[in-house]
Amino acid sequence: MTATTIDTAARREKSRWAGFGLSERQAWSLLFVAPYVAIFVGFVLFPVGYSFWLARSPQLYVELAADPIFLRTVVNTFVFLVVAINLKMALALFLSGFFLQKRWWVKVLAVLFVLPWAVPSIPTILSVRFMLNPEWGVINQLIFSLTAEDGPNWLNDPALALTFSMLVHIWKSLPFWTLILLAGRLGIPGELYEAASVDGAGAWHRFRYITWPSMSTLYVTCTLLSMIFTVGDFNSVYLLTGGGPADLTHVLATLGIRYLRLDQVGLAMASIVCALPLILPLVYFMMKRLSR
Amino acid sequence: MSPRRLLKNIGFEAGLLLIGIPVLLWTLIPIYHMFLFAISPKDAAFSGQLWPTHPTLRNFETVLSQKHHFLNHFWLQMFNSLVISVGTAAITLFVATAAAFAISRLRMKGGRMVMNLALLTYFIPAAFLAVPMYKTMGMYGLLNNDWALVLAMATIASPYAIWILRQASDKLPVELDEAAMIDGASPFQLFRMIYLPLMVPSLIAVGTYALLLAWNEYLYAFLLLSKNTAITLPVALGNFLSADDSPWELLMTAGFLYALPPAAIYYAFRRYMSSGLTAGAVKG
Repeated sequence: MTATTIDTAARREKSRWAGFGLSERQAWSLLFVAPYVAIFVGFVLFPVGYSFWLARSPQLYVELAADPIFLRTVVNTFVFLVVAINLKMALALFLSGFFLQKRWWVKVLAVLFVLPWAVPSIPTILSVRFMLNPEWGVINQLIFSLTAEDGPNWLNDPALALTFSMLVHIWKSLPFWTLILLAGRLGIPGELYEAASVDGAGAWHRFRYITWPSMSTLYVTCTLLSMIFTVGDFNSVYLLTGGGPADLTHVLATLGIRYLRLDQVGLAMASIVCALPLILPLVYFMMKRLSR
Repeated sequence: MSPRRLLKNIGFEAGLLLIGIPVLLWTLIPIYHMFLFAISPKDAAFSGQLWPTHPTLRNFETVLSQKHHFLNHFWLQMFNSLVISVGTAAITLFVATAAAFAISRLRMKGGRMVMNLALLTYFIPAAFLAVPMYKTMGMYGLLNNDWALVLAMATIASPYAIWILRQASDKLPVELDEAAMIDGASPFQLFRMIYLPLMVPSLIAVGTYALLLAWNEYLYAFLLLSKNTAITLPVALGNFLSADDSPWELLMTAGFLYALPPAAIYYAFRRYMSSGLTAGAVKG
């Protein structure tokens, strides 16, 4: 193609879009981004805006604060975030070091280890629920055959039930975060470790002065991200305890849905609005970190 | 090797096993428990044995031939799950690929803002978005329609998809586009003949991600669909919970069957998944 034809082609394109003040490239880019923008407006912007409007009445917040379940839920959510997430991320950091080991059986284990994350929540969480059944569950059967005494009614005790929900959450999402941290560890140059070994550094020193400094940013990012996601973890609590006993094990994710099922959309939204001070700082921090 | 060194090595291997065995048990016990239920006769399922005395495939037969009133629509619900997952993957791929192309390759004005809005959506906890989503789907008249779930899942999957695709796309050399443009390619030709072929590995990762997300989804499915013939299988399994006389062994059998396809798909595409999906998170 000669220079003149490019020139005329370009001029033709220019004139076609000039009326809109757009270059051809910009016009195409608008076309390409349009489907996502449509989805965003239709299924995020409008619903969220509409729901905030539904939650505008101060009366709703008075009502919410008067609901004893709500306070309990906030405490539960807080415990869930602080205990479960930190435990999970520490385990993930530790296990990512374990899965780095070059043994055939560690490789096989790594393949199996991902199963909880890859399979649907509902059958596996219900399986755990059946294990914990006071009469028929395998755990209490075992306790009975060993001690001839009845085991505890695991899910009938709010503290135990919440603990098991946290364990289920860890069981389900530990593989994912371990994989992410493993990828992070694989990115650390091997020479650093070799040099440290030559200098006679032990395992702790290698972790303290090489692994941790290279991983800390990723670790913090993952922890915050996991906290944001976990505020929305509905399955681990709902499928295991259903919020019970006596609505004492709800977290914010299940409480909103509970209100929704009771047809109290205003309260549902109000409970979510109350969670915003908890998650907006996290979101702000993550946005700053990721949108570079 | 000196004895001291040997002792240290043995200690290290033993330590690895001491980590590996609990990890194996922790990972597999709930899954094995589910499997055990599936192959046990009704009365034996609760006995707490490690392996049933009379393993049986009866439960599978009952489930597959829909012989229990809880599972009258087993195949239809399985089919619903399939349609919804494939639909979600298709729409997510379409929307996210196009958006990532506009943002990364066409350097769209305001592309950064679109990316930030998508990221912000990614940070809305799924259970929080569920409440507004349910209300709006009702207003759109989509409740109990497969489309409601497909669109909801695509809404949830596309932000992460766009983000991953944009990062993969940023790595393609910009000279490719320039060369094609000089040869007179339109942006659409650029998209179809250069961008798409080079993005295949990331597209597989993102498609699998959306597919599994939709297949495994419970909350949105149970909110948006309620008719027995419209629900996906997870909702049907959840409905077992509300009954007192639930046939647990059948529930576990159906759940086991439902878990097979995602596990198979995950392992089939594992190579793409780990490189494609972790790349995004590691960057931060």
